[in-house]
Amino acid sequence: MIGFSILVRRDLRLAFRGGTDAMMGVIFFVLAAILFPFGVGPDAAVLPRIGGGIIWVVALLAALLSLERMFAADHEDGSLDLLYLSPVSLGQLALAKAFAHWLTSGVLLLIASPVLALLYNLPSAAFLPLVATMALGTPTLSLVGAIGAALTLGARRGGVLLALLLLPLYIPVLIFGAGAIDGAIAGRDITPQLMVLGGFLLAALALAPWATAAALRQAIE
Amino acid sequence: MLHRFANPARFSRIAARVLPWSATLTGLLFIAGIYFALFVSPADYQQGDTVRIMYVHVPSAWMAMACYTFIAAMSAISLIWKHLLADIAARAAAPLGAGFTVIVLTTGSLWGKPTWGTWWVWDARLTSVLVLFFLYLGHIALTHAFDNPQRGARAAAVLALVGFVNIPIIKFSVDWWNTLHQPASLTRLDRPAIDPAMLTPLLLMGLAFMAYFVTMLLIRMRADLNAARARALQLSAAE
Repeated sequence: MIGFSILVRRDLRLAFRGGTDAMMGVIFFVLAAILFPFGVGPDAAVLPRIGGGIIWVVALLAALLSLERMFAADHEDGSLDLLYLSPVSLGQLALAKAFAHWLTSGVLLLIASPVLALLYNLPSAAFLPLVATMALGTPTLSLVGAIGAALTLGARRGGVLLALLLLPLYIPVLIFGAGAIDGAIAGRDITPQLMVLGGFLLAALALAPWATAAALRQAIE
Repeated sequence: MLHRFANPARFSRIAARVLPWSATLTGLLFIAGIYFALFVSPADYQQGDTVRIMYVHVPSAWMAMACYTFIAAMSAISLIWKHLLADIAARAAAPLGAGFTVIVLTTGSLWGKPTWGTWWVWDARLTSVLVLFFLYLGHIALTHAFDNPQRGARAAAVLALVGFVNIPIIKFSVDWWNTLHQPASLTRLDRPAIDPAMLTPLLLMGLAFMAYFVTMLLIRMRADLNAARARALQLSAAE
């Protein structure tokens, strides 16, 4: 457990010392979401209808942006090999990395999403569901993303490859995340969607570090 | 059993002996299946002759899923026992599976236009098969993304196992959600809900697709092994 918190703190320090790097994901998130009203027109009837889905899609893409660097920097300077030799297990390392990634991307997206909801004129009934689905969904994105980041370690054209591998796996989170917001706007009970998202999170929490560790082992050996 | 076939040289010998037979079988099954599908089986009373698309659509759907299951099984063997041939088998099967998925999506679309009135609907069965197609593409891309082919094979093996969650979703999507796509008519607990006159060509085509898969898999695996040998000989000649 001590190893876990040391790893998380190290990653957070690296992320925030890097200055603007951590903010890039959020800036992309807001900017990409702002493009849609230009594309489909600022119709006040259309935007609330599609807003929840767009915010979720853009959140998936924003989460992808910083994933490529999750293990790459440690792999290049050799610290990944040292971490492999350290008493911290690879599964724990994967969990710590995913948690740090979530703190530097998912949480920021979570904070920024109500602003986007305002821009899209989402009804006030959708705000809490939006934040709740983001809170349950974005950790899953980081956990599953860690698998992809470990698999593409050292690959040619890793970034595009990462998107190809991960976006299909992100679709279930997108379906239930956006579905919950639509349901809330229509006045339906969204407990089922939240429970499914929570189920995804628990499953990812249990299985993803394990798969990430398997992928990391292939990359290091 | 597993380790008996681990030897690439022995595998090549066995494959060379099996190949003519499986190729002949594929040809015969396709001739019989297509004959039954186009000439013997009746047209549907509602769909007319478009029902014959099913004889290509359903077998390729079976093979698209069976092939992914095969890749996932090979990946597990490759990760657990570090089996060289399992890597080669998974690598050889992936483009075949992607091909089957393209066939099932296009034939489904061609059938959907006259029957449902649309080329595509976002229903759970269709969407999950589309996701399967991208899983195949990701698998192929990851296999070839590394300078060290073994690293690519191992990474793709982990991906194949992670992506395997999609297979039960495809299979049960017609039961879990109320989809436009019809539920299974063959794999039911009671008797198949399909007339024997249509079942015969369907099963023949299913067997033909399976024999085709085996034949192509053996050819591709042998080609892969031969390419590796050619590379090794080239390297030793250069020294």
